[in-house]
Amino acid sequence: MVTSPGKERRRVSPLVVTLLSVMMGFVVGGLFLAAAGYDPFRAFSVVLKGIFSRPSYMAYTVIYATPLILTGLSVAFAFRTGLFNIGAEGQFILGALAAALTGAFVELPPLVHAVVAAVAGMTAAALWGALAGFLKARWGVNEVIGTIMLNWIALYSNNFMVTRPGITRAAATATEFVRDSARIEFFPLWKTGEAGLAWRAANPLWSDVLRTPFNAGIFLALGLAFLCWWILNRTVLGYELRAVGFNPACAEYGGIDVKRNVVRSMAIAGALAGAAGAFHVLGWTRQAAELAAMEGFGFDGIAVALIGNNTPLGCVLSGLLFGALKYGGSKLQFALRAPTEVVNIVMGAIVFFVAMPRLAPLLAERWRRRKGGEGGSASGGQEKERKESTDDAISEATTDVGATEAETTSTGEEERGHVS
Amino acid sequence: MFLESVAFILGTTLMYATPLLYAALGGTVSENAGVVNIGLEGMMTFGAFVGAAVGYFLQDAWLGFVAAGVAGGLLALLHAVACVTFKANQVVSGIALNFIGPGISLFCSRLLFDGATQTLALPLDAKISRPLNGVFPQNGFWDMVLNQYATVYVGFFLAGVLWFVLYRTRLGLRLRAVGEHPRAADTLGIDVDRLKYLAVVSGGVLAGFGGAAMSVAVVSRFSATLICGQGFIALAAMIFGKWKPQGAAAACLLFGAAQGLVVFMGRADMQRLLPVPSQLLAMIPFILTLAILVGFVGKAVAPAADGIPYEKDAA
Repeated sequence: MVTSPGKERRRVSPLVVTLLSVMMGFVVGGLFLAAAGYDPFRAFSVVLKGIFSRPSYMAYTVIYATPLILTGLSVAFAFRTGLFNIGAEGQFILGALAAALTGAFVELPPLVHAVVAAVAGMTAAALWGALAGFLKARWGVNEVIGTIMLNWIALYSNNFMVTRPGITRAAATATEFVRDSARIEFFPLWKTGEAGLAWRAANPLWSDVLRTPFNAGIFLALGLAFLCWWILNRTVLGYELRAVGFNPACAEYGGIDVKRNVVRSMAIAGALAGAAGAFHVLGWTRQAAELAAMEGFGFDGIAVALIGNNTPLGCVLSGLLFGALKYGGSKLQFALRAPTEVVNIVMGAIVFFVAMPRLAPLLAERWRRRKGGEGGSASGGQEKERKESTDDAISEATTDVGATEAETTSTGEEERGHVS
Repeated sequence: MFLESVAFILGTTLMYATPLLYAALGGTVSENAGVVNIGLEGMMTFGAFVGAAVGYFLQDAWLGFVAAGVAGGLLALLHAVACVTFKANQVVSGIALNFIGPGISLFCSRLLFDGATQTLALPLDAKISRPLNGVFPQNGFWDMVLNQYATVYVGFFLAGVLWFVLYRTRLGLRLRAVGEHPRAADTLGIDVDRLKYLAVVSGGVLAGFGGAAMSVAVVSRFSATLICGQGFIALAAMIFGKWKPQGAAAACLLFGAAQGLVVFMGRADMQRLLPVPSQLLAMIPFILTLAILVGFVGKAVAPAADGIPYEKDAA
């Protein structure tokens, strides 16, 4: 029932489609803000200043983007092999849980501890992903249903574990904090100590960055993105995986074990989503908490993968875009009292336009035909109207992105925890 | 005591199965005409919000329910424009709706309800009515099973209607033809695109109803976590039900039953008898689904052209 993206014929380069889609997404968001009585230009300038005006803001943007890049990679990797991984959410949860437990309850030297905790998170999530792959390979359970069910089982497993006596931290429905030896935040102890504070007084720029939980996660994520590219494009494993994704029957005929590759692909996808959870815990939150609902990292990852055209580099860029929107967008509430949720509308609109790579060429074709004096049917007329409004929208978008110099109020700082 | 427990579980089953049923039927219509609808979650959420908001402002749950259908249909119209007219990737478009639906819902909720991500509650007497209230002796077996919100009966009635339309009418035959072999349908003079539009939009209307069945019947308000994955569960129920209305209804009943069992086991008297942690209970419906898929159902087969954009002028 699920078709893999990339199957449709593309007449324009994916990059152009993506850039146009991003612009259209901002136009749609702007229209919503305008309709609600907010000045969209002012709103976007708040977002932009909220991302770029201070080193600590940029650090937060990167911190927000890290898990999204990784869940995006997870979804994209599975997509490339013809599988739709809706399960990044559950894999994220288990990765976070395993890393939190290992980080809190195992005693190991610094660095080694962090590595062990991260590997534990990735392994747990890889097994969870592989389970979905196994259900598909062995019993033909559609991976869409399989991973949706496994997401919920992961969520409740997490809630079960973190509420066990001995694991729960006093007065909190969350695990004990991860030990300092397992943290991947940069210099967490030094930067609030005497020597660190003295150094920071002399280096205000870095000091501002160090006020945030800036951590090694982003560099690890970039490394994993490169690894994904290398596996997909430079190894036999990647060749087999892509062959299965492209045409399973053909791959089977060519002597590739399709079933085994389904399991392997889901395991790798799981490991990537698990890394997202593990780095999030070890670098920032330091705990696994009881979850009332899905946090959305996995679902956001689907959008990141799609906007990134299912390539590793694309995921890094779209993960950064999404992280920036989420962090910058959270400042709308402080500055303008405008609903932060406009970010989701923008993201949705971008994905929506990404889904239609044919939109631009089709419209161009219709327009050319109309200039030639052809077309008179009722439906043709509608298309023309739609086309015109789209044209306007595109030119508006260009001005939108250009307008960055507008006034803005100073925005709130210091967020620890999630923006809903 | 035993009968009372059975009645309690059956009643809860019907209540929880209903929102899923609407959405699963919505998915069934859409996919039988060959358009994958992974955006059920977004349509349900939008329907739940519009239903609760309209219901609150007009103090009439039924108007809210109808408005929810319109809202779901409008979101589905976007999906149809993308997938049918512009041959978009249907999964990607559906994912987009899952961002847009909740995004618009929360955006509007904050505007209309003073910055809150939940609507104000509908007064109890403005909620969806219970048509069989008082027909059976109070708290008797049949009262506990059948004293449900009207949406429950409407939902199962619609399942029957959809079965009849799909398998007993010319329209249904054509819809299925479009989903199985659009080229053949086209050759016979069927307007493929128009039928797909019809199917996708009416599927959205049903999904919108499903959201409202949650927000104006089961509870009396919309909140950010109200739908919380039910659209995806409905999607699973549709696949589980092998793309058939009767199958979807059975799958939703099974999900509802598992949920009913969870609520039942969570009751204070049961917890004294058999203390199972609530988190483990909550897993039951999902483990059950996987187990059944593995053990009894086997490979489900989608309509042949499901998910494939149809191009009239392709060779």
